Amino acid sequence: MIFLVRGKANGEVLKLDEPLSFWGGVDPETGEIIDLRHPQGGMSAKGKVLMMPFGRGSSSGSSVIAEGIRSGSGPAGIIMMEADEIIALGSIVADEIYGKAMPVIVVEKSEYETYSTGDQVVISEDGITLS
Amino acid sequence: MTVNLSEFDQSCLDGQEGPAATSAMRVIVRLAEAMKATELLDVTSAHIDSCLYHGPAVLDFAKWLEDQGAKVTIPTTLNVSSLDLIHPDLYRGDEDWGVQARLLMDCYERMGCKPTWTCAPYQLEERPKFGEQVAWAESNAIVFANSVLGARTHRYGDFIDICAAICGRAPAAGLHLDENRKGDILFRVDGLNDSLLDRDVFYPVLGHLVGKNSGNGIPVIQGLPDGVSEDRLKALGAAAASSGSVGMFHAVGSTPEALTTEEAFSGSDPTDVIDVTPEKIIAARDELSTASDSRIGAVSLGTPHYSVQEIKKLFELFDSESVNPEVNFYVSTGRDVLAEASLRGFVKPLEDAGVIFVTDTCTYITPIMEAVTLPVMTDSAKWAYYAPGNLGVEVIFGAVEDCVASGISGDLSVDSKIWVNG
Repeated sequence: MIFLVRGKANGEVLKLDEPLSFWGGVDPETGEIIDLRHPQGGMSAKGKVLMMPFGRGSSSGSSVIAEGIRSGSGPAGIIMMEADEIIALGSIVADEIYGKAMPVIVVEKSEYETYSTGDQVVISEDGITLS
Repeated sequence: MTVNLSEFDQSCLDGQEGPAATSAMRVIVRLAEAMKATELLDVTSAHIDSCLYHGPAVLDFAKWLEDQGAKVTIPTTLNVSSLDLIHPDLYRGDEDWGVQARLLMDCYERMGCKPTWTCAPYQLEERPKFGEQVAWAESNAIVFANSVLGARTHRYGDFIDICAAICGRAPAAGLHLDENRKGDILFRVDGLNDSLLDRDVFYPVLGHLVGKNSGNGIPVIQGLPDGVSEDRLKALGAAAASSGSVGMFHAVGSTPEALTTEEAFSGSDPTDVIDVTPEKIIAARDELSTASDSRIGAVSLGTPHYSVQEIKKLFELFDSESVNPEVNFYVSTGRDVLAEASLRGFVKPLEDAGVIFVTDTCTYITPIMEAVTLPVMTDSAKWAYYAPGNLGVEVIFGAVEDCVASGISGDLSVDSKIWVNG
């Protein structure tokens, strides 16, 4: 397990079937998934520990992540199987300017598969634990 | 993992280059750690995507840098923002949102960025050369720089673009490095008729299919004609970077690091081989439309920003006809391209025919389009991908020839024969 960005989170897992572009995919004001072609389109990412295999799409995703951290309507944390710089950047910058980071974590496939939508998880400095 | 910093990098962190360089370098180093970079490298230009307004956080960030005295130290271009400064009346959005967007745009100009306001900086006079290390954001510009120009940028998001422009440094990782630029997945285009391969509309559809099936690997496309035009490669890359995570592709015989399939893979074997059949192309084309109405309410072309050649083609297609009064016909382009196309005599006749040119922004990222209940037609796979979510419109994807014919009549007009094999 690798922290791309360190931080703490506590929330319900929402595991996406496909990667999601945050820009054009998530409403930064509400956290709703607005990409209607996405299998989880219409669901809310707000406060969720979002899981997706890897990142996708627009460079502006970093801004949408940072805005979600600022306003509190974004996800609580993100867990992937591959590093994604666009997602990491949004959280790094929110940490730099607001002192609020959202944890972004890369895990092995075996660990990724142990979590499912609806699980309550806690992310701390030590890693991810089911609660 | 620690990043080995140069003397200059360390002096930035230590504050000897001023407070803005310290903040910018902190972001670069944190990203370098996340990318597992062992060092940073020099970049010679930057393209900034952070200038599009998404809410207070982006303006807070820009002001945070500017308040510390930030200035760019390398040639830096600006991506589209939320307003059309040349045609300000086109903006139909919330007034305060527009004011905040303008503050953001001004802030980046004051930091020394060139007010190019285009998502297609590769259409500007000065552009990176083969092998040049740059820090570009904007997914379609990234894929074009890497694939078509053979310049080297990682798939950067917002924020790092301006940080790299301030320090002239970026993480030595990802697509900056030889070993990460070789192909992963082979797409074999076979069994499609030559006349379809010679249509502009084929390339965004192919890009959509390639993006969806590439995971986060680098696709290699085999079986296209040699020397595919930049406009077609632009459409292909933009589509692949929207439907997928593609930051670079190789088109054998067209892109500079893929003279042969073997070169594109650097001698390795593909991890996967996908045959691009006529059936898959038709399915990908159909995925790009959300509706099939008999009438259309608007047309939107120019995502990414139209080139001079594309505006010329539009001029020829209109051939003295006019846009139907019940249809709004938009073309997004860069202000530099519009000036060039004007000089060449293409713009005035198109405006007289009812075409609305949009510069500095794009119709799917900011409220420009008049509300329509009928579907919007586009020749852009990227627009078709994002507009339904962003604008809540129904979309019909088609060739530019179909878009013009439909825009003139108001009735959906599609030449379906071009898709038939034979």
